[in-house]
Amino acid sequence: MVVDTDRVFHALADATRRDILSRVIRSGQSVSELARAYPMSFAAVQKHVAVLEQAALVSKTRRGREQIVTGEVEALRRVSLLLDEYEEIWRQRAARIERILQEDEQA
Amino acid sequence: MTVISSHKDVGTLSLTFVAEFAAPVDRVWQVWADPRTLERWWGPPGYPATFERYEFQPGGEVRYHMTTPEGTKPRGWWLITAVDEPGRLEFDAGFSGDDGEPLDRADAMHGVVTLEPVAAGTRMTTVFRFRSAEQLERSAGMGMAEGVREAMGQIDDLLTGD
Repeated sequence: MVVDTDRVFHALADATRRDILSRVIRSGQSVSELARAYPMSFAAVQKHVAVLEQAALVSKTRRGREQIVTGEVEALRRVSLLLDEYEEIWRQRAARIERILQEDEQA
Repeated sequence: MTVISSHKDVGTLSLTFVAEFAAPVDRVWQVWADPRTLERWWGPPGYPATFERYEFQPGGEVRYHMTTPEGTKPRGWWLITAVDEPGRLEFDAGFSGDDGEPLDRADAMHGVVTLEPVAAGTRMTTVFRFRSAEQLERSAGMGMAEGVREAMGQIDDLLTGD
């Protein structure tokens, strides 16, 4: 799966969208169920879901008259991995700083 | 060196990294304040960093490049926004063109480094916040050329070295 990371970060930059995502990662919910959970219009919630869908963070499936929104765990893992890589850089830098400080002590 | 904690926030594109060193705060401050010392730890092995310009003061400009084994020289800049010796350093950072100058000053990540005395010596907290995923990917690329695989090899070296 190709993930557009900029879209992902844009999608996650909004608190409502993060909240929607946390709900649908646990179990799929219909758009109308989600709409009831927020003090905003059905259309506004639908718009947030669309942004999440474009970022491939959620998918929608039809169940009867309802649209069920489900979280895509893989896409989130991809974003998380990027930050893991950056963390690894800092682990290595801290290890090199430590060596420099130890060399000082020996000198 | 003890890594105390590390926290990534996917929503705000930021990483907080906390480590402790068995050395006084003044000494750890020097690994940031002195560009020759900074060069010894900024880049991974085989990818040395050279800081050509290093104005360590508020408003100070920094220009540096890495040298890859292939001979390419990815370049970067910092604008130092706060220096509070020996406890706090803040800077904006981004990518430079071949002339060494910023490609786009608005496309900057922000770094905050704090040093504080603790029983073990010094606690260093670094917080980096990125503006876009592309920026994060390029930063990761400049800091770790071979990616996670090489990193894992180095962790093994460190563990067996101790």
